[in-house]
Amino acid sequence: MTAPFQSSVIQPGAIQPVIVGAGPAGVRAAERLVAAGLRPLMIDEAARGGGQIYRQPPDGGFTRSKAALYGFEAAKADALHRTLDGLRDRVDHRPRTLVWNCEESALDLLCDGRTETVPFTHLILATGATDRVLPFPGWTLPGVFTLGGSQVALKFQGCTVGKRVAFLGTGPLLYLVAYQYLKAGVEVAGVFDTTPLPVQARALSGMLRDPVTLAKGLWYVGWLRAHGVPIHNGARPVRVEGDGRVSALVWRDAGQAGGREMRVDCDAVAYGLGLRSETQLADLAGCRFRFDAMDRAWLPERDAAGRSSVAGVYVAGDGGGVAGADAAELAGERAALALLEDAGLPFDAGRATALDRRLSRVAAFRRALSAAFPFPADWADSIADDTMICRCEGVAAGTLRAVAVNSQAREINRAKALTRLGMGRCQGRMCAAAATELLARALGTGPDGVGRLRAQPPIKPLPVSATPRFEAAAS
Amino acid sequence: MREIIGCDVAIVGGGIVGGSAALFLRQMGFTVTLLERDWCGAKASGVNFGGVRRQGRPLEQLPLSQRAHAIWGRLPALLGTDAEYIRSGHLKLARSETDLQALIDYQERSAGFGLDLEIIAGDAFRRRFPALGDRAVGGSLCPEDGHANPRLVSPAFARAAAALGAVVREQTPVDRVERDDDRFTLLCGGGLEVNARFLLNTAGAWSQRIATAFGEPVPLESLHPNMAVTEPLPRFLAVNIGVEGGGVYGRQAPRGNMVVGGGRGFALDADRARPQRDAVLTLMRDAAELFPQIAKAHVIRCWTGVEGYTPDRNPIVGPSRTTPNLFHAFGFSGAGFQIGLAVGEALAELVRDGHSSAPLDAFRIDRFPPTP
Repeated sequence: MTAPFQSSVIQPGAIQPVIVGAGPAGVRAAERLVAAGLRPLMIDEAARGGGQIYRQPPDGGFTRSKAALYGFEAAKADALHRTLDGLRDRVDHRPRTLVWNCEESALDLLCDGRTETVPFTHLILATGATDRVLPFPGWTLPGVFTLGGSQVALKFQGCTVGKRVAFLGTGPLLYLVAYQYLKAGVEVAGVFDTTPLPVQARALSGMLRDPVTLAKGLWYVGWLRAHGVPIHNGARPVRVEGDGRVSALVWRDAGQAGGREMRVDCDAVAYGLGLRSETQLADLAGCRFRFDAMDRAWLPERDAAGRSSVAGVYVAGDGGGVAGADAAELAGERAALALLEDAGLPFDAGRATALDRRLSRVAAFRRALSAAFPFPADWADSIADDTMICRCEGVAAGTLRAVAVNSQAREINRAKALTRLGMGRCQGRMCAAAATELLARALGTGPDGVGRLRAQPPIKPLPVSATPRFEAAAS
Repeated sequence: MREIIGCDVAIVGGGIVGGSAALFLRQMGFTVTLLERDWCGAKASGVNFGGVRRQGRPLEQLPLSQRAHAIWGRLPALLGTDAEYIRSGHLKLARSETDLQALIDYQERSAGFGLDLEIIAGDAFRRRFPALGDRAVGGSLCPEDGHANPRLVSPAFARAAAALGAVVREQTPVDRVERDDDRFTLLCGGGLEVNARFLLNTAGAWSQRIATAFGEPVPLESLHPNMAVTEPLPRFLAVNIGVEGGGVYGRQAPRGNMVVGGGRGFALDADRARPQRDAVLTLMRDAAELFPQIAKAHVIRCWTGVEGYTPDRNPIVGPSRTTPNLFHAFGFSGAGFQIGLAVGEALAELVRDGHSSAPLDAFRIDRFPPTP
């Protein structure tokens, strides 16, 4: 075949680093590479850098202060945004651009409805994470949002997901977003934390290593209580009710109430069970994966500096394992130093050692975090057979269980082939975590026992019209 | 742990050929052990385009293909599922008068085989297939050809065979095959040993190993057809579409997704392949030209598989020329899905009768010049 699609060519011996993601990890990586005299290409899907946690509002017409948008993290958000602004002329920043494929040391981009292929010599994947969700009856009703999505509504769209919102799930975002919503003038119908209070109290003591994080977490809880927000620990969702739109959350208290069902009126539910890493590009880049018990997910292997199993490919931030924004900033910078070292360029070894020391504490922080916000693994058992798991393709829990119990599918790619699960627009990015839990429980194994969905390009939907020769051919 | 299974027939490869052979052999009363390194029907049999077509095949394949057509008609009875099999018709488009003439020639040459081809051109074509616009001057319709969902069909054959008592072992690679005293001994992963009187080599792109082990290597090459699927769209196309001269093909699945194919992916290693960017982009352009209805849609997934191709693009089907009771069936060169069911049946006949009622001479393993 001829090569109809010209891609730019890297001069022999030149170094062309590409960073995917302009969040905390991507920006700190770019900063370090620029300081070494390189000009990285930084590709990001958002219109403005900052990632999810420090997502910036759209240009113009947005008047809320950084303190209002980012709370305790305003100073960090501001610092990251300033760094990004300062790099403007020294980084080839490509906003509103999707990377939909990685093949043979080149990335395929989609920007303004057009594809483009860009080669790299070194690749830093700082692809971040999205909410992890497990379905429950009613979760597809309009008005049910993820915690992250609810936060994006506030930060980027300047709106809220409802007027009276119930917050459900686990993870640091649960209390933070509830706090942000209350501050924004929304009525918070309650915080329904899946973690029982004794577990959380015990786990929080483990977070004394990180007193700042602990203090912030407790502060949010205290503030919410002081403002009359009911906080329920050990809660489980029963269903969301509503006729075409959320009108109530029915939940169960696993504690003293002995599984009694309770009902709370609300017009929106914001929920999530921690985060899941975006790993498709690492997969397409050929990186080896390993199962991470803490994240209950397969993650790209990386050394302490962020080197993947593929030479020249680095993974930094939540995309390689969820550890939050602070850790991502450190990991991004550390990956950039590793890149410089691997490329034979001068790098600050002292700084690398200092970062290594700080990053080594991240593991302990991750352990404390997952102990304080444990994944409710029992949830998968309570999902009724008619509950939708894969909403793109309309695959219900019972369909997935059926192929598991008669041993047709002992592995998730096989379950995909037989049920269509994960074959739709999201390609399993949204449903695979839930499907993994469900399939594993049905097979009597753990989430490590059912494999992981293989990534295929495009990692997100690609417009047919994006092909470079489309216009010429159509005219 | 050591486990020994004795049986009449050992089948290596649980694709559509091995799976259907297992089913037909069980129906004849043979004891069968089906060995699959991956999951049954997970390789080329399960990830192909899903075209169920006789039209366009070389004439020497048509007797088998006609028999397969009859078996496809019994799919629900055989499998307990229709696996989205639809006799929608297969329409082969001509983009020029020359191509149309080629279709007319094929209609004449294949006249005795019962394909019931109908040439449609000009205004009649546009009236009948308005969705195809003016992209073609005409086409040849095979009304009873169609399409099916390979993800569902191919695994179902091994499952149906198992339900009839075949021993089906997945995730079980065959490490070594020996033959002595009229028995084949297969040493497999997990400490399994299978002893069988007959051996069927239906291992697709990986069949070369057994052929070579018995002294009859063939020029088999792995290629990777490139495919893509859009999000579900309103129904606009019932027929399965091919194009004279090749290039691009497409069908609309019952759910509304448009499945299109064209070009080649690339090998990651001997076992895995991936779509190739230039092929994907070219396919999107060509498919949108052929099916303007997808021009505003998104491609949600691309994929490919690993398929064995022979130099003359005909498969190898029939007895070994070196070893009694060894039968081969592989090298379908991208066109094994429809015909595979009749090949499975022919293999079962070979085991039972020593010959098949379908002509297989064109598919002899020794038809290629010896490889140096």
